[in-house]
Amino acid sequence: MDMLAGKVKMTQQTVNTAMNPTDALERQIRLTARDVTVHYGAKQALHGISIDIPDRAVTSFIGPSGCGKSTFLRCINRMNDTIEGAKVGGTIKLDGDDIYDPNLDVVELRARIGMVFQKPNPFPKSIYDNVAYGPRIHGLAKSKTDLDEIVVSSLRKAGLFEEVKDRLNEPGTGLSGGQQQRLCIARAIAVGPEVILMDEPCSALDPIATAIIEELIDELRENYTIVIVTHSMQQAARVSQKTAFFHLGNLIEEGVTEDIFTNPINKQTQDYIMGRIG
Amino acid sequence: MTDTLSTTTNASAERTKLIRAGLRKRHLTEAIFKGFGLGAIVLALGFVALLFADVLSKGIPAFTQSNLHLSVTYDPETIGVDPAPVRTAGQSDADFRAANLKWQRDVALLNWNKVVEASLRAAAPAGFEIDSRQILTIAETNARHQIRDMFVADPTLLGKTIEVDVLASANADNWVKGNIDRNLGDAQQQLSAPARNLIDTFEANGTISSGFAWSIFTNVDSRAAPAAAGLAGAFMGSLYMMLVVILLAVPIGVASAIYLEEFAPKSRLTDLIEVNINNLAAVPSIVFGLLGAAVFINYLHLPLSAPLVGGLVLTLMTLPTIIIATRGALQGVSPALRQAALGMGASKTQMVFHHVLPVTLPSILTATIIGVAQAMGETAPLLLIGMNAFVASVPATPLDQATALPVQIFLWQGNENRNFFEARTSAAIIVLLGFMILLNAIAIFLRTRLEKRA
Repeated sequence: MDMLAGKVKMTQQTVNTAMNPTDALERQIRLTARDVTVHYGAKQALHGISIDIPDRAVTSFIGPSGCGKSTFLRCINRMNDTIEGAKVGGTIKLDGDDIYDPNLDVVELRARIGMVFQKPNPFPKSIYDNVAYGPRIHGLAKSKTDLDEIVVSSLRKAGLFEEVKDRLNEPGTGLSGGQQQRLCIARAIAVGPEVILMDEPCSALDPIATAIIEELIDELRENYTIVIVTHSMQQAARVSQKTAFFHLGNLIEEGVTEDIFTNPINKQTQDYIMGRIG
Repeated sequence: MTDTLSTTTNASAERTKLIRAGLRKRHLTEAIFKGFGLGAIVLALGFVALLFADVLSKGIPAFTQSNLHLSVTYDPETIGVDPAPVRTAGQSDADFRAANLKWQRDVALLNWNKVVEASLRAAAPAGFEIDSRQILTIAETNARHQIRDMFVADPTLLGKTIEVDVLASANADNWVKGNIDRNLGDAQQQLSAPARNLIDTFEANGTISSGFAWSIFTNVDSRAAPAAAGLAGAFMGSLYMMLVVILLAVPIGVASAIYLEEFAPKSRLTDLIEVNINNLAAVPSIVFGLLGAAVFINYLHLPLSAPLVGGLVLTLMTLPTIIIATRGALQGVSPALRQAALGMGASKTQMVFHHVLPVTLPSILTATIIGVAQAMGETAPLLLIGMNAFVASVPATPLDQATALPVQIFLWQGNENRNFFEARTSAAIIVLLGFMILLNAIAIFLRTRLEKRA
């Protein structure tokens, strides 16, 4: 355990030095996690995760199934709160504010940190209502025209508007899988979040839909801090600027994506990237 | 080389043989199971068909009833009453009301059977010999009230002759329908020989004819005039109870289910509550009747035989059903939908009311209507709170005395006038079943509609 903690520290140093020359990572840090642990009942799912997530860049979490990458992602917008018996320790700060502060309203937090799930999960409502839902509950639109504007611009940003502009009143569940996922992204964007968490957003999609979403993620990076969990190392390599490798509830190595894939320091990371574990 | 090859072929042939042998057994098991299933369904359908055939064959004749078309003469001599008081100039309100009341009392106290008898005699062939008591057994005993009430409503009828339809008595109706063995001796007949003859004569000359028995739907229960006994009181009683159950059991049940399923922390206490709710659903309904009698009547002093109390008892009985069904529906909602809502920053309440409830509404609705239908068919608990009393009025409010449809069936089933009430009972069963089918049809209609919309 001690040795492991040492490793984490070591990798952090490496990352810090490695970050400087890379343009994308010169940005300021939005999210800082320190010693984050998660217990599900008696079972410990995460062992002291510490990581910095840079502003307006894509950070990807990779690792074999059950490694804790999704669990950690769900700590960032406190979705673990909804799981019976889940206990989160350590600190996660968004712009220096502790998100586990008891005075912080989780509703407000989730308006700032949006989430896209593994399986496209549009509401069983119209396309318009799907996107308008967030602004409505958070009271973001002052008038109907305001709301229309938010819906259209969100759909545009998600690259879906042209495909659905004639059928905004049709159910969102009638779209194809890829379109549904973009609708979910539009829905998340509509609230104007600063951070978007994506939990394996392409794992249920075909290669073409995946390519479209990846392109979209690349565009969204201009304005949003994106954290993506993925099973696909190729995807992590394609879309992210920073990559973190998780294994058995530990953060094994993190750093500039290029470095992680071309020159991993840790033996386990090497093995995973070479396809020897996972 | 060839050796290995042949061994492999042999092994594969052996395997195929084993699989085939197993296959035959599997197919046999399946065929047996299918046969049992089919047999069970045929048997069940057979019983249902038997029930319906029995109820319909007995009940449908009760929907037609014999009527007497009589020319009623309000002969001043027979009636022997002064004309209704007319208000004179200078008479005070109180005086006029008193005079009017006295006149009405006089009218009520008259023997209106004389008028009925005169009308019957007028319809009979000239010189037909029959005594007063015998001839009056042909018309139902409420005929005199009917004729009197028409007169009270319109006193100008005095001295006039009008055409009136009155119900034939239950015995006359049975005689016409052929439910009475004509070969039985006089001693065993309910109707006297002259009365039987006269009925046959009336049937021949058109004074008696059968028509649709509206009285089943418009009249209240009656013991003195069985042919006039109807379901109006029981139907209203059931309707009030249904209203009480819907107004109480649905919101309380759905709200409890939502709280237990969505908000309550999982603890020993909620586990205990859950076990108890499940147990309550299995408590015999008569126990709820006892509880209702003890709590609502003895302790809270609510009136006996009131649909409100019946509704409260049935609410208690229906609550577990609605709670269990609603919880089941809520558990069936995909976690993805909940996560989507929570991920958007919806509060728990918003998640439940904006997303979870709308998708579960069809199932909740169906469960509710089936629960309510079940409550409407319940008899035992109502017996314990006095709803099996004989009530000869339509309840105006849920606090008035009333019976309910299933209780009315129970009461008619036990009526001593078997010959007549056997058919009436089946008719009441048909009405109750029709009511149930209507409720279930509404449930199915709403379900498909809401599902289409979702």
